Amino acid sequence: MVLKYIIKTAYKGLTANKFRSFLTILGILIGIASIILIVSIGQGAQNLVLSQVQSMGSKNIFILPGKHDTSMSSGFSMIMSDSLKNKDLDELKKKSNVPNAVNVFPIVLSTSLVKYGNNTYRPMVFGSTPELMALYDTFPDQGEMFTEEDITGKTLVVILGEKVKNELFGTDEAIGRRIKIKDASFLVIGIFPKSGQKGFMNFDDIIFVPYSTAQTYILGTKYYNRLVVEVDSEENVARAKSDIENTLRDSHNIEDSKDDDFSIETTESMINSISIITNVLTLFLASVASISLIVGGVGIMNIVLVSVTERTKEIGLRKALGATQKDILYQFLLESVFLTGVGGISGVIIGTLLSFFVSYILTNFAGYDWPFSFSISAAVLGFSVSALIGLVFGLYPAKKAAQLSPIEALRRE
Amino acid sequence: MEDLIKIENLCKSYQGEGCLTPVLKEINFSIAKGEFVAIMGPSGSGKSTLLHMLGFLDTQSAGKYYFEGKTMDDYGQEKIAHIRNHKMGFVFQSFNLLNKTSVLDNVKLPLLYSGISEDKWDKLAIDAIAKVKMEHRIDHTPGQLSGGEQQRVAIARALVMNPEVIFADEPTGNLDSKSGQIIMEILQDLNDAGETIVLITHEKSTAMHAKRIIHILDGQIDSDTKLEQQLKAKDSYTK
Repeated sequence: MVLKYIIKTAYKGLTANKFRSFLTILGILIGIASIILIVSIGQGAQNLVLSQVQSMGSKNIFILPGKHDTSMSSGFSMIMSDSLKNKDLDELKKKSNVPNAVNVFPIVLSTSLVKYGNNTYRPMVFGSTPELMALYDTFPDQGEMFTEEDITGKTLVVILGEKVKNELFGTDEAIGRRIKIKDASFLVIGIFPKSGQKGFMNFDDIIFVPYSTAQTYILGTKYYNRLVVEVDSEENVARAKSDIENTLRDSHNIEDSKDDDFSIETTESMINSISIITNVLTLFLASVASISLIVGGVGIMNIVLVSVTERTKEIGLRKALGATQKDILYQFLLESVFLTGVGGISGVIIGTLLSFFVSYILTNFAGYDWPFSFSISAAVLGFSVSALIGLVFGLYPAKKAAQLSPIEALRRE
Repeated sequence: MEDLIKIENLCKSYQGEGCLTPVLKEINFSIAKGEFVAIMGPSGSGKSTLLHMLGFLDTQSAGKYYFEGKTMDDYGQEKIAHIRNHKMGFVFQSFNLLNKTSVLDNVKLPLLYSGISEDKWDKLAIDAIAKVKMEHRIDHTPGQLSGGEQQRVAIARALVMNPEVIFADEPTGNLDSKSGQIIMEILQDLNDAGETIVLITHEKSTAMHAKRIIHILDGQIDSDTKLEQQLKAKDSYTK
């Protein structure tokens, strides 16, 4: 039978019961749209997180205190550990220890209550060096950055993130005013422009101070929460990482790597870890959504079976007029694939529109820099899976139709 | 004349609940090309079952059925479908037209499975429709036609492949007498033009349009008479 007429016959069969066909298509449509939406959101989340990691620079190595393992207590021990001290900073700065290191930046982190007049706010206290901010390409657009002298002298100066400035001063001028953190009075010398999220930190919601000042007047500690090593080139990151490990083991008198009280992460290793987590999560959610496709497939089988029953006499007639079993099989298989194919295409379109809508809402109303992501592979896979479901679930009723005895079929009223 | 159809000791039984019900018993006859045969008998006599077997729509329980010298066993499913398509035309009592499909497309239906090039379909279908004088209704759907007209379309569908034989199962059964008369005249004209026709009917007036009447009673041939013999017999009785 000519393909054009198989398609025409299948189309006629489906349009004879438009509403029923629509309801059947809906099952597949919802399944495919859910998968497209989940994959798109998963990719969007992955892109967002990866862009954060990449914004930290591919030449930087991050040293964290405490041993990194997969246990639940790992994160807690990292926060509480005091293993990164001033001695480590000095050792890492020595060219003989890490020849490829261009710069080493200490970081101290905390949250603290900040007061100006009657206004109070609790931002992130971020203590480091001006050079670190240069790595993030972030500079005050009002006032100025503190200097090396401020670090050495533990000067009580602060640069405010845009949101912190607004919370404490509103529209008033902030430069030259003093804010209170714990018992110390800090002079506001600069304000960052609106910068958003960079390297997992909201730069609008920080106060930036010399690390030595933060340790002395805010945290009362002598250790660092992070050390960042800037390497001369991307190619030397692996070698520098190894040099850092050796230097810190010497500094901490560690002989076996199992006893390391620090962990080292490169941008590449972070990207790999994050990609694995988001991919697994997306795959899991897509698998859950694909259950709806199986439910949709059962619906397709049911409807094609009903169609075979309703058109038994027509099948008998076609066989009497010369249709082979194959002709009848293809006709009903095509009806099934047509239903799932339309459901698949509609699902891809609606899933993509929903993904765009979610991206728009998250970007414009929730403050995330959430990129819209359309996965061609997910769309192709979604459509192929829906067509395959049509074939698999349509096969039984189509075979049933093909095997009908013409005379039995013709007798049916 | 060459035999188109030949059956030898044909039997058909249906398996009921625990027992075998014989429908046809030891049927023997042959039909030559160009004949117009009516198989006549009361309801339940087995005449429709016989037609289904002649049309390769059903299989016999015992005996042999030769169509053009070959039995159904000589062919596979595909070939049987091909023979039904190319060599047999079917006309049913209930017309069996596709409801939402035009007269032209209904008549084209056998061509879909024929392997004939698509560009010839319209001409073949229109020629067949012209033979039953339904050209003016070509774009109508069956719902827009009378019973007689629907049956004429069904005959056109049976003719479109120019078959060796037309099997007509009670073609006038659902029609008024006037429409029935028209249908029988069409079948007679086709036979006059050389078409072999096998007609199933329970009405003597319909059977009288044929040139030979095989009378079936309780699954067996009761009589097999050519119309000329019947007429001669009638004449001699009158004299």
